[in-house]
Amino acid sequence: MQREGSPFTGLSTVAFKEAADHMTGARMHLIMLLVLLTAIGSVYGAIDRIRDVVSEDAFLFLKLFTVAREPLPSFASFLGFLLPLVAIALGFDAINGEYNRRTMSRLLAQPIFRDAVLFGKFLGGLLVIGIALLTLWLLTTGLGIIFLGLPPSGGDIVRGLCWLVATLAYAGVWLALAIAFSTVIRSPATSALAALSVWLVFSMFWSMISPLVAGMVAPIDPLDPVTVLNQFEWQQAIARISPQTLYGEITGLLLDPSARSTGPLFGFQLQGAVIGAPLPTMQSLVLVWPQISGLIAATLFMFTTAYVVFQRQEVRA
Amino acid sequence: MSEIVLEAKGLAKRYGSAVAVDGIDLSIRAGEVIGLLGPNGAGKTTTILMLLGLTESSAGSVSILGKDPLRQPLAVKRDVGYLPDAVGFYETMTGRENLAYTARLSGMGADQARTRIAAALEKVRLTEAADRRVATYSRGMRQRLGIAEFLMRDCRLAILDEPTSGLDPQSTQELLDLIHGLSQDGMTILVSSHMLDVVQSICHRVALFNKGRIGFFGTIGELADRIGRGTFVIDVEAAGVDLEKIASSADGVKSITRTDPENWQVEATRDVRSDLARIVVEAGGDLRNLDLRRARLEEAYNRYFREVADAA
Repeated sequence: MQREGSPFTGLSTVAFKEAADHMTGARMHLIMLLVLLTAIGSVYGAIDRIRDVVSEDAFLFLKLFTVAREPLPSFASFLGFLLPLVAIALGFDAINGEYNRRTMSRLLAQPIFRDAVLFGKFLGGLLVIGIALLTLWLLTTGLGIIFLGLPPSGGDIVRGLCWLVATLAYAGVWLALAIAFSTVIRSPATSALAALSVWLVFSMFWSMISPLVAGMVAPIDPLDPVTVLNQFEWQQAIARISPQTLYGEITGLLLDPSARSTGPLFGFQLQGAVIGAPLPTMQSLVLVWPQISGLIAATLFMFTTAYVVFQRQEVRA
Repeated sequence: MSEIVLEAKGLAKRYGSAVAVDGIDLSIRAGEVIGLLGPNGAGKTTTILMLLGLTESSAGSVSILGKDPLRQPLAVKRDVGYLPDAVGFYETMTGRENLAYTARLSGMGADQARTRIAAALEKVRLTEAADRRVATYSRGMRQRLGIAEFLMRDCRLAILDEPTSGLDPQSTQELLDLIHGLSQDGMTILVSSHMLDVVQSICHRVALFNKGRIGFFGTIGELADRIGRGTFVIDVEAAGVDLEKIASSADGVKSITRTDPENWQVEATRDVRSDLARIVVEAGGDLRNLDLRRARLEEAYNRYFREVADAA
């Protein structure tokens, strides 16, 4: 049966209301304060370390995101770890919260489709994360200009912006996951716990699980060196189920122009290459395209799951 | 003949083998106030959800103002307002902001929304509280805010699910006055409630739901006639006589029950007020009151479901 009217009617209203709620909510303020403090700490540490090599690196500003000073990890590592938390905090009660506040039936009785509610909530959350990321990126670049005394190059800015977009895609996976749980599970506390469990598994345990599984699937034969490569490829494939791995690879390739691969690289593959010379930005983007596609596909999968469940839900509250 | 606002034909909802609504027919004219009555689980809320297009029907069809809620949901929702049981608003937003949000969702322009919101808040007497957070509102104020939404959106059909449950008597009366006002303004209203005196005070017709079917649909008088099978109940107040002794054998009198020393309740097959007056006066009694009782929905409702239970 063909429904009359656009599924996007009311989408921007829902999205902007959601974004405004997040922006003014104590939950978002607390998390962003945590992210901001740790990010500034990491960047300050990185600036201290890269001051000495100012004249030696053509992509100095990118180092702001990747260089770590003990005990603080790099800015990019911090984002990889904390960004899922931000996304989960924004999405874990997106749908079940409406049921618990008993606003869902009144909301859906307005002249809009359910599509607008779900998509609006996703877009609202993503908009807030996008604004927060852009602010952090500008802040980091500003700190770099002040403390290093140099402006960023065009290459720095293009690569930095591409990384920012990839980071948003990474956050999108976790936001879609949190919204999917909030659609399937009626209790906000349980859906938050479920999303945090997935985050813990992928951020803490997946790097331990993938070699174990690879060892079982493709054991190494001491007499056959190819089996070592085979197992490594299995391990990498399993590790790439985790969005953390995909994001780590994207970060490594986009923020380090001299990086040429995420997997094993043989001598014959480097024939003619000037070792240490930076890759053109487009080449780095081509290298990380599968990872970015993976993140987008994971987001679509989560969102579609939430969509199908939400469309079939009976609304009584 | 008034325009048909809502028409349902053979509307049914099944969950697996369980039948929640079993082929109901309903036809409501413009300006009518209809009460949906019945015990919990009788199918009232499921029917409302199907009318709103919030749940798909398993069979049958619905037409609201000539439109199909499943095929033209946006067009239908523009004309229909819904106030669910224990209505929820966004607590951190003010009453005015909540209305502004629904106005934007309805596609209303900012200027038009501002004017309509102010007028609606004025009508439900929430102007002073309009800029307070909804979290500070009482239940009665929230219900009135829900009514303000109908007014702001200029709905033609309002559906209210248990609107007075949990309200104190004063808030109940205020809400009933507002609902009556909506009806006077020409809005068609569908009220689901367990509070029968509330339904009796505002509804033109009632639909009695039982196990997913509508067992009766008509006026309260028609219900009383059908259930009471022509029983007339007369309240008599008289001093100096024993009505049970002097009037029990009178023509048409079925039974006489003493409710206190000078009051009796007489059940008869016809209106026997003139006969009772004559009997009391001839017996030397002092007749003070003789009142043919209006059919009470509560009695009719209880009798109806007692008969249904006996028949089962």
